[in-house]
Amino acid sequence: MVNYFKNIWLGIYTVLVGMKLTLIHLFQRNVTIQYPDERYPIPDNARNRLYLDPDLCDACNRCVRACPVKCITVESIRAVPGKTPSLKNGDKRNMWVTLYQIDFAKCCFCGLCTEPCPTNAINHTTEFEYSSYKREDLIYTFVKMSDEEKAQKLKELEEWQASKKKAADEAKAKEDSNKKEVNKE
Amino acid sequence: MEYNFIHSLIDNTILAIILITLLPLGFVVIYALIAILGELKIASFVQERLGPMRTGWKGTMQPVAEVVKLLQKEDITPDAADKPLFNLAPFLMFAGAFAGFAVIPFSPFFIPANIELGLFYLFAIGSLAVIGLVMGGWASNNKYSLLGAMRSVAQIISYEVPAAMAILTVAMMANSLNLNEISANQSGWFWNWYIFGGPGPIWKIFFIPFTIGIALIYLVSSLAETNRTPFDIPEGESEIVAGYHTEYSGMKFAMFFFAEYANMFIVASIISYLFFGGWNSPFGDFLNYWWMQPIWFILKSFFFVFVAIWLRWTLPRLRVDQLMYMSWKVLLPMSFLCFLVLGIYMMLI
Amino acid sequence: MGEKRKIEIDYSQLDSERMRLNVGPQHPSTHGVLRLEVELDGEIVTDVVPHIGYLHRCFEKHAENMEYPQVVPYIDRMDYISSMNNEWPYIMGIEKLMGIKVPEKVEYLRVIVAELNRIANHQIAIATFGLDAGAFTPLLWLFRDREYILAILEKLSGGRLLYNYFRVGGMANDIYPTFKEEVLDVVKQIRKTMPEILDLLINNKIFIDRTANVGILPADVAINYGCTGPMLRGSGVNYDLRRTEPYSIYDRFDFEVQVGKGEMGTVGDCWDRNIVRYREVLESCKIIEQAVQQMPTEGDIKEAIPKKVRAPKGEIYCKAENPKGELGFYIVSDGKNNPYRIKARATSFNNLSVLPEISKGYMFADLIMILGSIDIVLGEVDR
Repeated sequence: MVNYFKNIWLGIYTVLVGMKLTLIHLFQRNVTIQYPDERYPIPDNARNRLYLDPDLCDACNRCVRACPVKCITVESIRAVPGKTPSLKNGDKRNMWVTLYQIDFAKCCFCGLCTEPCPTNAINHTTEFEYSSYKREDLIYTFVKMSDEEKAQKLKELEEWQASKKKAADEAKAKEDSNKKEVNKE
Repeated sequence: MEYNFIHSLIDNTILAIILITLLPLGFVVIYALIAILGELKIASFVQERLGPMRTGWKGTMQPVAEVVKLLQKEDITPDAADKPLFNLAPFLMFAGAFAGFAVIPFSPFFIPANIELGLFYLFAIGSLAVIGLVMGGWASNNKYSLLGAMRSVAQIISYEVPAAMAILTVAMMANSLNLNEISANQSGWFWNWYIFGGPGPIWKIFFIPFTIGIALIYLVSSLAETNRTPFDIPEGESEIVAGYHTEYSGMKFAMFFFAEYANMFIVASIISYLFFGGWNSPFGDFLNYWWMQPIWFILKSFFFVFVAIWLRWTLPRLRVDQLMYMSWKVLLPMSFLCFLVLGIYMMLI
Repeated sequence: MGEKRKIEIDYSQLDSERMRLNVGPQHPSTHGVLRLEVELDGEIVTDVVPHIGYLHRCFEKHAENMEYPQVVPYIDRMDYISSMNNEWPYIMGIEKLMGIKVPEKVEYLRVIVAELNRIANHQIAIATFGLDAGAFTPLLWLFRDREYILAILEKLSGGRLLYNYFRVGGMANDIYPTFKEEVLDVVKQIRKTMPEILDLLINNKIFIDRTANVGILPADVAINYGCTGPMLRGSGVNYDLRRTEPYSIYDRFDFEVQVGKGEMGTVGDCWDRNIVRYREVLESCKIIEQAVQQMPTEGDIKEAIPKKVRAPKGEIYCKAENPKGELGFYIVSDGKNNPYRIKARATSFNNLSVLPEISKGYMFADLIMILGSIDIVLGEVDR
């Protein structure tokens, strides 16, 4: 019997306590930020869309190997040493990048590609409003060499390789003749 | 009163009747728009967010947007549904709610129909909504709608009993069933209201807990009548589907909505009549002009609508058997007890 | 009104049939894609069969083709609500295999981040439990509180929900200058706002009537089914991995293990599990404050990271106390770059398996509450 009255009293009391709390919140400030008129500040190291600086990329393929979902595609041509300009930060350029594509439909924004890059070419930006209507629009091409340029670079490489081979052949022939002379004597 | 007044202005009987029925309808529509906006905004402020902000100035045109959206929706009727009943159900429910507006006095002057049995009529016509509800559930030809409608009917019928006891108590204290007379009895300062014992001698203070108790009982029962949380089993969870109005779309669904808000207003106005003085000003003769009295009445009713909305966003839902327990084992005995004590009080006066 | 019910239906006397109801893959609550096949007799549940697998992503098979650091984003996505706690047992397992000892600063940072995530997870658990009961307001209040924690973790690691922050031997980024003050601010804020939930939801008579004496899980059944975490502690068993088998530096902190005592019903009902989660939030606040005070400020968090993560041949089962229970990884390595096999012992999988046992005999509305009190995340159940 006592339990019955206690339950009734508890019911009324807890409801009133809850109502008081809700009333207090009714007059407190709202925390909504009205997007897109106001924006929430994003920290600088937020992992949103990636950006590649083409003058810094050396096509070492470390980012391609680090990506867990394999969304980066890189194609490259070996650069001729001695005749190529250096990278933006002064390092020697070993490769010409002919194609660098990131598929943002697959990218999981984990940041594993930005860590091993030796020249800090690939970075996360804070850009997150890049929706598009077609899936193909999400494949971002950062570097794409035209066919003529590719053909030219390939030709330079072959010329350099041919000249190197010729020099190596001459050096070998000279050494052979030297050896023959030594043998003769 | 109102009818006589308007009839004296316009000689045509039919036109006068039409005008009298249209005035409360206009009020209901405007009130429903304000109530929808109020619910959205109050809910958002309680939850510390902003709510609708883009339609109109800070979201004030949102109810208009909602009505337009519901109007332009496709009216789908299930193939195997019982067509006459299906089409009639929402309008029946709305008619039950709207017919109650005939006897609600906005002031001693503005009543569409000043009948002697006003309170009895109000209570009886409110039960028409139950028929509309069960029609909607049955005609949908949907297992879950039927179950939801059955539960809702059980809930409404069981909560009508304590509500009737509460109304009976006040009728006994006021000696009349005419709403106008009940309000007129509470004139004077606010300690003449029936929630404080009505006009009577000073030792009525001992009986104030019982009048407050009976007012609370009526408040809780009325929440259950209008299917609001914490009693919104038919709308909320009924086997994870939306209950009796699952199959409705477009304007018929809007009718169910309107009916719910109209019911809420009727119930709020009954509370403000029976317990809080109706159209009387709480300060006696100060601010008691003929144009101020409707405003007092509307303010009091809107306050109780606000209380219903406030409760919705505070409390969790009750389970079905707990609901039945509360009605038959808690509210009913308590209402009998208060009735008994107040009967003794009336005999002592 | 809240007495324990003993419902025994004698089916030979009745001639009503039982109804088979499908609570489909799409739920009104935020538990995820789970299909429950419920057999009802009127209003009483007689059998529940959960069907899972809608979120299976074959992460364990993928992990065989990837190197050890590349698996971490996949592990994040298992229990996506508290990712930091997910990564910890995996990283700890590899460190034990390779024999790396992490510096002190890294240990303290790991504890702080894991406990912050524990608070965030319990906030969601309590919020969605209230939503199942029909109370909308605590959901929004708790999500607002959770935003402060997510802001800190975003400044630290770069992501809001999926962090990829743990590395073998250290962490990815160092702390920013105002880290300690911000963490203490957030803890103070949480201490101020959590009692509101107690007033509004947990001590509310209607909520108590919905959850007390519902879904009673006896202690021996819990142990037999392999339930861990707040489910086990709610049934009165004093078992917390941070106390019974302390890993990392948990033996330096002073906190209590919260156990359900059956205050509002019986021991092991839904209310007990809920209050255990609520109290664990306050205990985590204590741990965070102690860790922030004791954490050394100098030190490089990347000094113990090896150049190439290649675990020697061997196998290890490493476990940690996730907010939902015990998460364990069984790593088999054969000396190459890729793991040979990773098996995840997921908390929610074992916790969900007890659902048919504890929901027989209750009403259908109670089944929804019981499911909410188990606190599952389908990412973990299906992996």
